[in-house]
Amino acid sequence: MKFSNNWHEKQNALIIDIMKQFLSFVKKEFYHIFRDKRTMLILLGMPIVQIIIFGFAITTELKNTEIAVFDLSKDISTQRIIEQLEASEYFTVSQVLNSSDDIEQVFRQGKVNMVVAFGENFNNNLLHTGEASIQLIADATDPNQSLMQTGYATNIITSYQQELMREHNVPFRIVPEVKMLYNPQLKGAYNFVPGVMGLILMLICAMMTSIAIVREKEMGTMEVLLASPIKPIYIILAKAVPYFTLSVVNLTSILLLSYFVLKVPVAGSLFWLAAISFIFIAVALSLGLFVSTIANTQVTAMLISGMGFMMPVMLLSGMIYPIESMPEVLQWISNIIPAKWYIDAIKKLMIQGVGVEFILKDMAILLSMFILLITISLKKFKVRLV
Amino acid sequence: MNETVIHTEKLTKKFGNFTAVDNISFSVEKGEIFGFLGANGAGKTTAMRMLCGLSYPSSGKGFVAGYDISKQQEAVKKSIGYMSQKFSLYEDLKVWENIRLFGGIYGMKEKTIETKTAQTLEELGFAKERNTLVKELPLGWKQKLAFSVSIFHEPKIVFLDEPTGGVDPATRRQFWELIYQAANRGITVFVTTHYMDEAEYCNRISIMVDGKIEALDTPKNLRHRFNAKNMDEVFQQLARKAKRSDN
Repeated sequence: MKFSNNWHEKQNALIIDIMKQFLSFVKKEFYHIFRDKRTMLILLGMPIVQIIIFGFAITTELKNTEIAVFDLSKDISTQRIIEQLEASEYFTVSQVLNSSDDIEQVFRQGKVNMVVAFGENFNNNLLHTGEASIQLIADATDPNQSLMQTGYATNIITSYQQELMREHNVPFRIVPEVKMLYNPQLKGAYNFVPGVMGLILMLICAMMTSIAIVREKEMGTMEVLLASPIKPIYIILAKAVPYFTLSVVNLTSILLLSYFVLKVPVAGSLFWLAAISFIFIAVALSLGLFVSTIANTQVTAMLISGMGFMMPVMLLSGMIYPIESMPEVLQWISNIIPAKWYIDAIKKLMIQGVGVEFILKDMAILLSMFILLITISLKKFKVRLV
Repeated sequence: MNETVIHTEKLTKKFGNFTAVDNISFSVEKGEIFGFLGANGAGKTTAMRMLCGLSYPSSGKGFVAGYDISKQQEAVKKSIGYMSQKFSLYEDLKVWENIRLFGGIYGMKEKTIETKTAQTLEELGFAKERNTLVKELPLGWKQKLAFSVSIFHEPKIVFLDEPTGGVDPATRRQFWELIYQAANRGITVFVTTHYMDEAEYCNRISIMVDGKIEALDTPKNLRHRFNAKNMDEVFQQLARKAKRSDN
């Protein structure tokens, strides 16, 4: 009994020693970052600047947008919806269309920004099946504008639906079907926030981590560390801690800014938002580690992460160009870009506000990427240095 | 009284078809200053890396501080100090932070680190520079500090890989004084160098040519054997046989 107590004490003392060793290492990493003031300023300031610049680029006003109506039913319900649209200060009904061919026509002429189209037997469907549909067709060459127009119109339609429900005490469902013409992906606007999140996390975790590790190789300090009793895994973990912290700070500032300044909705659960972000951070960190095993100089590390990670994030992840409109080869390539899955999940969680079950696929893909990358890197890291 | 702290038997390292270190066998005694000489590409650094547990031997055996270098790397690493060819401290950390960090890595107690830091800085005449960032120190000072850090945890053996590269002669002398002090305390010094005048300072030296140890003796005996005025001549005679080099 005494023997086992002793053994436990020794074990505990050993763990405390390792923790101390590790913490003094983490401290050193923080010094590296804090003493490089310029880099730190960029790292902390960039997301804020990006979000703010973008925030001012969005017009948030919507007044008297000219719309056209294409009404196949011409019944009481469609009439009331049109009246309510007209009554709002957002829309002015300037044209009534008689055939579906006219829709394309009015858009081409640039006379209206949105067309509201009702199917046949709207009121009948609504009263008998409890469900009817409206199509909102918007000119999405200006994505922000069109998004807001359809959004406001949807709100008006929803309030009419609620009104009906109160009157009749039966559930009605009007399904507004939104159709964005010319720019189905709605590049810009809310897309930007998840994009910036992906980009910043990639920058900090992958690029900065790889540079920090390669710097030690370049400076010769890595050799000294490896000749010391500290385990390589602790060297890596200690590097990851400060960048992880920085990422969390940035993530928070991006979210706060976009919520309070840009009014981007955070519709879904914050918990899952954080969860998927942590997974993505882990992927980015392991990518950084991977780069550090192939690069021998800081410049190489920067080039590899810049060209290899940042560019694809901007160009292929759907942040700027819609993935659907890329050539098939690029669409295929975009699948191996972690940020694509992260941005996709964030969009779903933040803007669409769907539940976690819709991001399980993204999560699984990111997790497998993480496991794959960390396995390869740890293996390579060892082989290279021992 | 003699105690062997480094011992190798037919230690070999191959990279593919290339034999970087070819069957070297030698022993180093406790407290000795052992010079490890050779032209660039002769295999010095590779041999040293194996002894430090940074690289696995392809064949042969090696023992450092009584531990097997191919099986007990952890234990080897705990008993040695290492100063690399490149400058091996953190430029953006203060002098005391560097010392504190390496003391911590080798598992020294907080209190020991504190008292020993003061003592070391005093000995080096650096007491005022305690809070200076290392990058602000002159190169010679940095090298001396790096050496003091590498023996801060009182290792049995310290490996120095061309420690005085790029340093002026006066500072090099001061550096060697530090090495002598360490050796007097019983720390074995294993040093590679390019400077032949430094070779004279060693107790014994080995000269590597093409991965093999061609000569191993005291500087005096080597000069006699090769009928040379100084180590430089000895080295030239041996190095002439070399078939491989970087240039």
